[in-house]
Amino acid sequence: MIVSIASGKGGTGKTTIAVNMALSLKDVQLLDCDVEEPNAHLLLHPKINKVKPVYVSTPQINEELCDHCGKCSEFCEYNALFVSSEKVLVFPELCHSCGGCMIVCPKKAITERKRKIGTVKMGVAGDIELVYGELKVSEPMPVPVIKEVKKQIKDYKTVIIDSPPGTSCPVIESVYKSDYCILAAEPTPFGLHDLRITVQVLEKIKIPFGVVINRAEIGDRKVYEYCKEKGIPILLEIPFQRRIAELYSRGISFTAEMPEWKVRFQKLFDEIKECVNR
Amino acid sequence: MCKPLKQIVVVSGKGGTGKTTITASFAALAQDIVVVDCDVDASDLHLLLHPQIIQTIEFKGSKLAVMDKTKCAECGLCKDACRFDAINDNFEVNPFLCEGCGVCVVVCPKGALHLAERVSGYAFISKTKYGTMSHARLNPGEANSGKLVTLVRHNARQIAEKEKCNLILIDGPPGIGCPVIASVSGVDVGLVVTEPTMSGIHDLKRVLRLLDHFQIPSLVCINKYDINRKNSEKIMKFCEKTDVKVAGKLSFNPVVTEAMVNGKTVVEYSPESMVSHEIKRLWEALLHV
Repeated sequence: MIVSIASGKGGTGKTTIAVNMALSLKDVQLLDCDVEEPNAHLLLHPKINKVKPVYVSTPQINEELCDHCGKCSEFCEYNALFVSSEKVLVFPELCHSCGGCMIVCPKKAITERKRKIGTVKMGVAGDIELVYGELKVSEPMPVPVIKEVKKQIKDYKTVIIDSPPGTSCPVIESVYKSDYCILAAEPTPFGLHDLRITVQVLEKIKIPFGVVINRAEIGDRKVYEYCKEKGIPILLEIPFQRRIAELYSRGISFTAEMPEWKVRFQKLFDEIKECVNR
Repeated sequence: MCKPLKQIVVVSGKGGTGKTTITASFAALAQDIVVVDCDVDASDLHLLLHPQIIQTIEFKGSKLAVMDKTKCAECGLCKDACRFDAINDNFEVNPFLCEGCGVCVVVCPKGALHLAERVSGYAFISKTKYGTMSHARLNPGEANSGKLVTLVRHNARQIAEKEKCNLILIDGPPGIGCPVIASVSGVDVGLVVTEPTMSGIHDLKRVLRLLDHFQIPSLVCINKYDINRKNSEKIMKFCEKTDVKVAGKLSFNPVVTEAMVNGKTVVEYSPESMVSHEIKRLWEALLHV
């Protein structure tokens, strides 16, 4: 089973939930798909045993064959190619690696070269298998790195996916094909606003979901009212406790110090399993 | 009047460190600025600034392949050529996977596919009591947030020119990817809001590297510095070592959330609180860079 954790707003506790849930269950593979700012490893302190580079393909022009007809730049929807009368300029950061320019070039002057945009790291932390990606700083596109992280999925395990904040393409890529999605929400106006948008995304891609409220009691009751109105289950509430916040700040997951929470995460997981199997 | 235009962006790497709270307070403290929300997929600034929309602009960020089943011979060429696995076994286009590249269109021998423009969001120009605001809303699940950010910033510069305003204040998105790069490119100063947690520190380092890559001078603000003073010390030391100025430290105060619940900026909701004074000092420091 694959369970992802998402939230439109950042800092609502996605990683806290993902890591603590992983620590409470058996036979878990945890994927950190927030490749722009991966944090799960900071709480799990894994032993890394494999590092894999992530490459994307970008066009390479053979100027001897090229007659500067401009068909490639005309075709490219991402403006990654510029053709002047003497030269073709390639902007690799804009390229989506679709391969279309090679297809449309009448002179067969375009080939592809590999460009490294990040890495995938694999390791273990206790019983947990951790996979996380790191987008190279200054590279704009996280999606190919997320895809590479997700290629490592072992579906005979309990797979937990920590996704990036937001509601756009990297989030879709991360939660895509999960059996269930946990939405981390904060009971504040910002939390509610961003939860509403995330719910729209999940409804569109048809993944069942429930909410975990983090820092319960810090704001108002509107998130609860919204969930009730929409019939969205509230799976768990994590209170705002100085101790939990302080443990997190030191890079310690709170279930390690407060084992009574493991039972709650197991219950949460059982509930999800029941919902998925129904 | 002849002061050159200055653009300040607030970023953080990690989400939820307080970018929007701080930006909103800055907007309330400043006079005659253009405020910009570049977090186009989960924008929250409007919840504190209450903009009144005066102009809405359709955003057509990417295209989508559309299949005409009556012409399709089910040869499978499109499916093989698509690198995004966006065409399924029934020769239907999955809009969530399609990146609108047009490869399927050129390989189809029957002319069964074409690219259609899709409206993936809206950009807005609004009035607030603090100044004109440029913001946007990407439709849930859409791609190309970087392009929409570029549009929002273009609108902001046009407004600034028209209103002869010399300061643009930008609330940036979390992360370091395309919408962040689009938010920071060409700005004069980047303020990085961090928190004294292991994740906060890790993410701070990455976003500072990003700003450095684009040669943007950066300043750091440690939010909720008192929740872990030891980590705050670490951040101070790191910044000293790397020659980045810590422009301010803000204390943890529940009044910040209270202000948000009331839809107000902290400096207006609780002007005499310690955190409001700290934000004012931070804003002064930022203006004098």
